[in-house]
Amino acid sequence: MSAPLTASVDPALDPIDRRIVAATQAGLPLTAQPYHAVAAQLGLPPEEVMRRMNRMVEAGAIRRIGAVPNHYALGWTANGMSVWDVTDDQVDEAGHMVGGLEFVSHCYRRPRRPPDWPYNLFAMVHGRSRSEVEDKVMRIAAVLGSWSRDHDVLYSTKILKKTGLRIGG
Amino acid sequence: MDARDSRLIDALHGGFPVCTRPYAAVAESLGMSEGEVIDRLARLLDDGTLTRFGPLYDAARLGGAFTLAAMSVPEERFDAVAEIVNGFPEVAHNYRRDHRFNMWFVVATERPEGIAGTLDRIRERTGLAVLDLPKEQEYFLELRLPT
Repeated sequence: MSAPLTASVDPALDPIDRRIVAATQAGLPLTAQPYHAVAAQLGLPPEEVMRRMNRMVEAGAIRRIGAVPNHYALGWTANGMSVWDVTDDQVDEAGHMVGGLEFVSHCYRRPRRPPDWPYNLFAMVHGRSRSEVEDKVMRIAAVLGSWSRDHDVLYSTKILKKTGLRIGG
Repeated sequence: MDARDSRLIDALHGGFPVCTRPYAAVAESLGMSEGEVIDRLARLLDDGTLTRFGPLYDAARLGGAFTLAAMSVPEERFDAVAEIVNGFPEVAHNYRRDHRFNMWFVVATERPEGIAGTLDRIRERTGLAVLDLPKEQEYFLELRLPT
């Protein structure tokens, strides 16, 4: 009788969705009709591939369809993982504020691991130089004020492995 | 990379259409031809300006489990430990960072119980402690770099 008001799109992926994921996770074909090309590869009608991909966008399984720039190639060579020790009562509000800053690409709450690791809020900051990253970290510090008891910035100095996340299929 | 490449990259940040001729739709909005969009994309992917083009899936929504792990690796053992850690197929990304915790990697397994087992095997093989820092909450805004 009463349908739930939320979750109008079933987030679960069925085996056909997963075949589409497996066929497209490395990228879309660069041909005039890319979804038709995927459909032909999978032996599915093109309309079904497009309908399912639209559904996955609505359900959030696809975050976006677009281009992923190589930060390094574009000159964004400084990559700082800023980490913050934010009081537990404020961490979610702090996360929304920091995650909403336009220069923060990812913002997560993670568990502390005392005594080795006191930080519970992670915010990735990119820049063309370390000083640009430092300026942005200062802006985060200003936003957090006294909610942050301590922070640090860990710069990446080498990519040791980058295979991406893959599902089988 | 020229100004038209920049406009294309900017336009393709997200929202690529799902329709029969999506490149033609993007081309029209940019005043380019379908062929130019496809050719430029192919070149930008080929020369490494773009790392990929297509749907970005939310890995967690596809099922499977993830964590961010960190290790404090003695400098003299760093390369050997990196080789051990990278040898695990469950390790998806691994970055060196300039910190006491100098190795940071993402572990992805099909089932949640696989994470602890993988971290245990990494501890056994390296003899080092591994911090397990799973995401508890994400505060999301998509990165948009000016190009």
